[in-house]
Amino acid sequence: MYGNAYIDPKDQKGKTVEGEDPVKLAEFEARILAGEKIEPQDWMPALYRKQLIRMIEQHAHSEIIGALPEGTWITRAPGFRRKLALMAKVQDEVGHAQLLYSAAETLGKPREDMINDLITGKSKYSNVFNYPAITWADSAIIAWLIDAGAIVNQLANSKGSYGPYCRALERICYEESFHLKYGHDNVVHLATGTAKQRQMVQEALTRWWQPIMHFFGPPDRVSVHTEVLMKWKVKMMSNDDMRQQYLDMYVPKIWDLGLELPDPNLRKNEETGKWEYTEPDWDEFKRVINGDGPCNAERLAVRRMAEEKGRWVRRAILGEDAKYSVPFA
Amino acid sequence: MHKSLDPRVNRAALDVEQQIEPLGELDQFQTFEVFHQKKRGQQHVHVGIVHAPNANMALLYAKEQYSRRGTTANLWVCPSSCVTATEYFDEDIFETTNEKTYRDPAVYKVMDRIKAYKERQGK
Repeated sequence: MYGNAYIDPKDQKGKTVEGEDPVKLAEFEARILAGEKIEPQDWMPALYRKQLIRMIEQHAHSEIIGALPEGTWITRAPGFRRKLALMAKVQDEVGHAQLLYSAAETLGKPREDMINDLITGKSKYSNVFNYPAITWADSAIIAWLIDAGAIVNQLANSKGSYGPYCRALERICYEESFHLKYGHDNVVHLATGTAKQRQMVQEALTRWWQPIMHFFGPPDRVSVHTEVLMKWKVKMMSNDDMRQQYLDMYVPKIWDLGLELPDPNLRKNEETGKWEYTEPDWDEFKRVINGDGPCNAERLAVRRMAEEKGRWVRRAILGEDAKYSVPFA
Repeated sequence: MHKSLDPRVNRAALDVEQQIEPLGELDQFQTFEVFHQKKRGQQHVHVGIVHAPNANMALLYAKEQYSRRGTTANLWVCPSSCVTATEYFDEDIFETTNEKTYRDPAVYKVMDRIKAYKERQGK
């Protein structure tokens, strides 16, 4: 479950292709233009490698941290069938992290380094998981509307240029179609239920609307940086285009259930075909992504605990002749 | 202040500030390539990797990772370090394959000649 790579606007390092071999760069760009995939063993510009590592790694962290807010509801899921489905969903998310870490590893960053960067707070993950799922309805809203956002992003990225990332995303999208249906089923159950259930799901939706509007990242500024990432098919759609596509697909479905969204300005402009809305609080987004959200500290603490408590087991079973080699694909 | 819903935080009283030693080399083991066979009679197909300390554990993780959907008849794993591959920059070694039309059944067209022969023979 993942929205979009967060690129720090203040990061001035590695924004250019200066110093790259022009012949190799031309071949590389021609290959992408022809719709061919780049494989790990191919030559690639340093900026391409750097941005992909950052993006795939953030995506992997988001899957693993994303399992936490929903995971807390496994023991309290209403009914056995929902408990089974939620366990399956959470297992999928952790499995998606495994696939994505593997794809990032092919670019040369060992998994241990990625996990270290996660648990020390150096790497980012999707901001929505820094918010709590305080009721069962919150977990239903996450499963439907956060996963829906993730699918918009992941379907776009699966058409990208880096082979291992595309392969991982195809499997992920296939599995996430169940998450979406499961989440929708839960929301519909509440929305068509008793007055109390409707109130519960309405309150959850109201709580989650701002994080959902944050999900695809801040509005795009046209920059050389974005242009080159688009040309190399690292970034496949602008943040605003993804947000528009998402609103187009899901706002009618939300309204169809008679639920309300906490934005009086939200409407589709029939002339432009674009959705109009109140900009969410982007200062809050920056504050939370930089560590000051309601759950940032506990999310990382729980990961650190898992790494620390499992360490002796991993050490005990590590073969004496173990040797790491970068996976091929 | 938000009260955590995570039992590890609110019941096991996990110290959220506590840092840990960073993960060292091979903490996450070496990797194994995974090959998946959907049904008996079909080829095994490469589906990805798992991290594992040995082949048996790799099979266990491969089952969890690559057979959660659909059917599976069989799985193979082998250490990534055992794979020897061609180089992508040598891709041109395969380029002449499509020129070798004599390997292609479709280029052997005899019916026209048989027909012409029969016509010459006066049916």
